[in-house]
Formats: sequence, structure tokens, C-alpha cells
Amino acid sequence: MKDSAVLEMRGICKFFPGVRALENVDFTLREGEIHALMGENGAGKSTLIKVLTGVYPKDGGDVTLSGQPVHIKSPQDAQNKGIATVYQEITLCPNLTVAENMYIGRTSGPFTNWNKINSSAGKLLDELGIPALPTEQLGNCSIAIQQMVAIARAVDMDCKVLILDEPTSSLDEQEVQKLFNLMRDLKAKGVGIIFVTHFLEQVYEVCDRITVLRDGKLVGEYVIEDLPRVQLVSKMLGKDFDDMAEIKNDADIEKIDYNGVPVYQAINLTGTTGIKPFDFEIHKGEVNGFTGLLGSGRSESVRAIFGADRVAGGTVKIDGKEVKIRKPLDAMKHGISYLPEDRKLDGIVGDLSVRDNIILALQVMKGFFKPFSRAQAEKFADEYIKLLSIKTASQDTPIKSLSGGNQQKVILARWLLANPQYLILDEPTRGIDVGTKVEIQKLVLKLASEGKSITFISSEIDEMIRTCSRLVVMRDGKVVGELKGDDLNQNKIMATIAGGESK
Amino acid sequence: MTTDTKVQSKGSAGEFFGKIIRNQLFIPIVALTLLVIFNLISDPGFFKIALEPSSTGNLILSGNLITIIDNASELVILAIGMTLVTSASGGQDISVGATIAIAGSTVLRIVKGYAPDIPGSQFAGMIIVSFLLCVVVSALFGAFNGALVAFFKIQPMVATLILFTAGRSIAAWINNNDNISINDKRFGYFGNFIPGIPVPTPVFITIFCIIVIALVLKFTNLRLYSQSVGINASSSRLNGINPKMIKLLTFVILGVCVAVCGFIKVSRTSSITYSVIANNIEMDAILAVALGGNNLGGGKFNLTSSVLGAYVIQFLTTTLYKFKEIDSSSISAYKAVVVILLIIISSPFVRKLIEDFKNKREAAKAEAAVGKEKA
Repeated sequence: MKDSAVLEMRGICKFFPGVRALENVDFTLREGEIHALMGENGAGKSTLIKVLTGVYPKDGGDVTLSGQPVHIKSPQDAQNKGIATVYQEITLCPNLTVAENMYIGRTSGPFTNWNKINSSAGKLLDELGIPALPTEQLGNCSIAIQQMVAIARAVDMDCKVLILDEPTSSLDEQEVQKLFNLMRDLKAKGVGIIFVTHFLEQVYEVCDRITVLRDGKLVGEYVIEDLPRVQLVSKMLGKDFDDMAEIKNDADIEKIDYNGVPVYQAINLTGTTGIKPFDFEIHKGEVNGFTGLLGSGRSESVRAIFGADRVAGGTVKIDGKEVKIRKPLDAMKHGISYLPEDRKLDGIVGDLSVRDNIILALQVMKGFFKPFSRAQAEKFADEYIKLLSIKTASQDTPIKSLSGGNQQKVILARWLLANPQYLILDEPTRGIDVGTKVEIQKLVLKLASEGKSITFISSEIDEMIRTCSRLVVMRDGKVVGELKGDDLNQNKIMATIAGGESK
Repeated sequence: MTTDTKVQSKGSAGEFFGKIIRNQLFIPIVALTLLVIFNLISDPGFFKIALEPSSTGNLILSGNLITIIDNASELVILAIGMTLVTSASGGQDISVGATIAIAGSTVLRIVKGYAPDIPGSQFAGMIIVSFLLCVVVSALFGAFNGALVAFFKIQPMVATLILFTAGRSIAAWINNNDNISINDKRFGYFGNFIPGIPVPTPVFITIFCIIVIALVLKFTNLRLYSQSVGINASSSRLNGINPKMIKLLTFVILGVCVAVCGFIKVSRTSSITYSVIANNIEMDAILAVALGGNNLGGGKFNLTSSVLGAYVIQFLTTTLYKFKEIDSSSISAYKAVVVILLIIISSPFVRKLIEDFKNKREAAKAEAAVGKEKA
């Protein structure tokens, strides 16, 4: 078994100022296997991948490729040595054709025979069963196809090691299956695949082995059959955790007064981002959710509530009183907070410290001419770093150097500090680890039991079922149903999302 | 958390040194020190300061150091505004030289209409009016630049190219392209010396500007807002900040800085040459921001560092002028060489090399520790 190892990493160390990101980590990838790399955010998965692909120079340890010790100097070098990476975000050029993307930077000489390249690209796409034409513009293909093209490029470069970093997070169920088929094909061809994901189901569907990291250290390497799901989770967390299904407390839900004046009420709210006018209300202590497929308008709806995009019309009432919400600051002043879907683009202010990121919203509400004193800001930051157990070297650490889950906690802290009556959380659990996911869901329910109203959006339906007491279902920019009580089950929700025939 | 304590506990000389290197003030301070040492060696009398009577009979301080601090005034004031614009908009204003010409021309337009020996109170009133008008005009031109950048989303360098090209013509047009020379001696006080005070007036004006901006940063959220907007405008907006207004605001502040510079400039010579006044000062101002270690792509900024950067540039210019063997036309080339060196030393690449070197050493230590444990 050992002699078929295509990649061996021994005693890998990587340090960042004040942090030991990797400490003596071993990792072995065998020929023709799909190997899951698991761990919470900040466990060191990304760092290990980046060391392997030459993005970061390693500070200690050895890497062996097919028995030969190698030193990987740069991402280019890694590619030449047969290590290919496909990232979560597509790193190809959308304005070029599929074939151009597959061969860019790999042609020799100043002249290129594009006809020949197109035909060989076509052959490879056929062989791998990727439904794309070589001459098609990449930008016109779906995300899944784009990802597969990236993989095809890697395969054609004779890669021995293929790294897939969260490839499935923006794919739907069908597309995921297509990707898995492709992965299995490659596996049969002898390619070693490292698969990084947060979806446990997917790990058990395609992987052969699992390596678990925690706090920059190796926990262990396991054959998939020997490691049941619960054990995997407890290995990742380093503790046994209570069953997630039990976190909702029905007693709290019964306390909600649905006949009282809603905390927030929208009548005929019209956005400018392609959603139909809709009515919506939420009561004190209620957790509701917007659900629907990607692009159904669920995010656009909550953005309209917050005034994040231009609002074209409709009436908004806060505690029964009519108010105007035209921009985010209006919403914030009326006690509404909004945690945006895209953490990197809309949430964090990357170079600013954790402290500045936490106080930002409250500071803006307080006003331009009334800055918090340094001591006050430090107190706030300390309080929330403790409350949400945010893992950071210090308050002054730039937020961008935190792991995804901890960044999300900082943004949550920001909005909790603003002390809203109505909190909108758009995909707060996306791309973060199981442990933090559970923490956030528990926090949501705790806040609701304290009398806050919360809108919780998630792509994972079971997460919504666990936390929400009412679901607004959307399709094609329209609200197509509202589910509560016994209707809150997977089948009913699916049916409502898919077609309106359920009664 | 044993790892934390380990990392923190080595508060040794090495750690202290590392901290200094990472500090933004490191490069400008090193550059200043090098210039001082260089000048001390090549000419021990370089830093001599003397109190001597000037041509008008007043006792004034003279010496290279005084010249540097005096001549750097406009650059320092501009660097303040340029730093803020850079932070919020992620670009630079290249029209400041031309708008200084406009500001100076505006001042002269008012002042030239008065007889040279009007009584003191009337003179003061005229100066105040001319200065206020100059501030308003410069702020409006700043707002014009800012509006192009904030509302029309034009890249700052392209947007300010308009006034860069047109500014000096506008300045000439304000005074019908007349050659103006103000004969009232009192007008020269602001760019030279006030009788009885041995320190050049621009130095006081600079100090005043620095104090004002320090107070503004302390008592408003300008720093937090412009940094957030510069780093991530989209999330700033979702946190209730209006990125457009902040960008506009920084351009208006730069406009006010330009007004002060224009006023000092025309007062220095009591006259104006539209095509020459404050020539190429925009490049020095941008350089000051860069030398201060500020990211020209926007975001985090350090004003102290920019101000020091401005003094470094003036120091360098004066030092080069001191060398008689250097032809004055080739000074720019010498300046460029020094600047390239400074920029390379402060580049992320060199900083990363130092960082990597430190990490390697720490890794070796950690490995040794593990080895000991096993043994």
C-alpha cells in the first residue's frame, strides 16, 4: 500500500506572526483515491493546501512526490510537478472560450493552431463527459461546467494530484452528482484527489479516506468505513457534541403572539432587483426563514427589507408605525440589522482590525462626530470576543487573517452590538465548520427567546427546519407559499419550492 | 494555550527589532537618519543654525535645517490631504499643482485691487476675505474632482487629469494672464517672516494644519470611515456609511489643503507665474504618501508617516542642491535613485523576506524542541 503513495507530506510546519498554523502535520495521498481533508475553520486545511501548492513557503517538513523529495517554489512550479488545484472561486477567464481556457499559457511558440486545439479539447471534454463545446464562451456556462473545465485543464496537464477546494459549495444537487461522476472517472485513471468540503454527506458519498486536522495539528488518518459520521464530527471538534436536532425549544415558539402588532411589517414592498412586490411580517421572538433555490429572490427580498438596494415602493411599518427605509442607515436606526450573504464582499472590512470591525455598525449609528473612545471600543470588542468565543490573536489583528467561521462571528458580533430588534441573517452558516454552525443556530434561538425577531436564511433545509418556526418559500422572485407547524418538513418544503401544487 | 504564551514570552531584542521593522514609521525615520548622517559626514557645518539680520534688518534664523523645514511646508500640508484622498478613493489627485495655481491666482485677484499702504485693520480684512474666497474656490474644485470620482466612478487619476491639464489656464484666466506683483510688504509675511519673529511663518501654518487634522481625526470618525470605504466600499455601505459622501469629503479636505498651499506660495514671492508655480508638486505629494508606507491602493493610512515622508523628500532635495558638482538639471535623476531604493526597502516583497526568515528560524526552534521531547 505504502509504495503506491503519490504524495507524502511529513512534519509540515507553517507559522504566521503569533499563530502556529501547522505543526508537524503528516499527509499521505495514494494513487487512485479520493481523500477528504476535514477540519473546522482555522484547523489548517487551507494552509496545508497552500503549502502544497506553493502559495506559502513551508517553514519546516518534507514533501515527497511519487517517492522523489521535491521543493515547491510557486503555484506555477506545483503545476509543472503535477499538482493541480481547482478552487471554490473559479480562477479561469470567463471572457475566453472553453478551449482557450484549457490551453492558455501552455502553448509553445508564438503561433497557435486553434483548430487543432479546439478538436483536442473537444475530445477530452467528450472523454470526461463534460457537456460543453470547446468554442463556447466560458462565461456562458454554468458554474458547475466552469469547474469541470478547470478540472479538465488540470487532467490534460497530466496531474498526479488534484486538489478540489470546496468545489461543491455553489452547485446544486444535480451538478454535484455530475462532478462526483467526473471525480470517480479520474480516480479510476489513477489520479489522487484531495477533496476539501464542509458537507459531510458528500464526504461519505465519494471519499475513500479522511484526514482530520484540528488547531493546526494532525488528528489522524482514517479509512472511511472505520469512521462513522458522529465520530468524524467529534474528532473535528475535539469533543462529543449534543445532537443538533434537539436544539429547538417548542415552548418558546408557543409564546409568540401572532395576533399582536408585528415588529416589522412590509406591504407591497417593491425592490429594483427583479423581485415581485411582496408582503411580509415578523413578530416579537419569532424566527422565520426565506427559502427557495439559488436565484429565487430570497436574498433580494431581505436586502429590500434592509434598504440595501434601491426600494421602488411599498409601505413599511415598525411596531405598527409607518416609516421610510430608503438606505441601510434608515433600517439600522429602526433597529434592523442585516448580515449579508457574501461575507467577503459585503461583510468584512478586510484590513481593519477585529475591534474596528465589531464596533463599525454601532459607531456609524452613533454618528460621524461622536467617535467611541479607545477604551470604550476595546471594552465592546473584548465583551463580544468572549461572548462568541472568537479565536483571534488580538483585537488588533486584521479580520482578513481570521478563519472564515471566526470572521463570520465578528460580523455577528457587530450586529449584536448594534442591539437590533429585528436581525436578518443571510446564510450565516455558509462555508463554516460544523461546530460554529451549531453555535450560530443555538445563538439564533437564544436571541429569539430573549424577544428578538430573526430572519434566518440557509441553503441547508434541515438547518432551517431546526431553527425556524415559519418559512416563506420563494420561486422566480415571487413568494409562493408560507409553511409553519407540521408543514415544516423536508418533503413539504421541497414540494413547495419545486411547484405550487401542494396544498 | 501554550502556543500563545510561547510566542509572547520571547519579548527579546529580536522581537523588539521585528516590531520596529513592521512599524510604518520605520522607513521614513531610517531615511531621515541616513540623510542626517550623510550630511554630517560630508559637511559638518550642514546643521549650523545662525541668528542673523536679514535683508530687511530683522533678526531671523538661517541654516539648511531651517530652509528644509520652511520649504517642506506646502508639501507637508498637501501630503495630509493626499493621504486622506488615497485612503478613501484608492487613487491620487494629480491636479494639486494646477489647483494651487488657481488658489494663488484667486488670492492675488483680491489683493491686487488694494493700494499698498492701506491701514492695518483694512489690510487684515482684505487678507481674510481673499483667503476665505481662495478656500471656497479650492474646495469647489476639490468637490468637482471628488464628484467625478465618487458619483461618476472615474478613476481618480483620470478624473483629476482634467484639472491637471486645465488648471493653470484657469489660473491665468482669473487674472487675465496679467503679471502681478504685490508691493505691500505685509503680504509677504505669510510666506516669509513676520518682523520680530525669527521662525518662518509657513512653519507655524504647517504646525497649525497638523494640529487641526489631528483634532479632526480625534473628534470625528474620519479615519474609520475613510479606511472602511477604501478597503471595502460595499460593506461600508451596508453598515450605513455613504461611501460617495466620504470620497467627496476627502477631496474637499484636499481642496482646503491646496488653498493653504496656494496662499503660502503666492505670499513667498508676492507674485505668480502661472506655468511654474508649484510645478510637479503633485508627484512629490504622492511620493510622500508612498514613502510613509501607505498603500496607494487605499485603505489603512498613517498621517504621521506621510508627514515624515514629506520632510524626507524636502531634505533629500535640499541635500542634493547643496552639492555644487551636481548640475541642477540632473537633480531629479539623483532624487529618483534614492527614492527607488527607499521604495524597494519598504516594499511588501522585502518585508515578506524578513518575515519568512524569522518564521524559518522559529520552525527550526520548534523542531529542536520536538526532538528533545522525543529524546
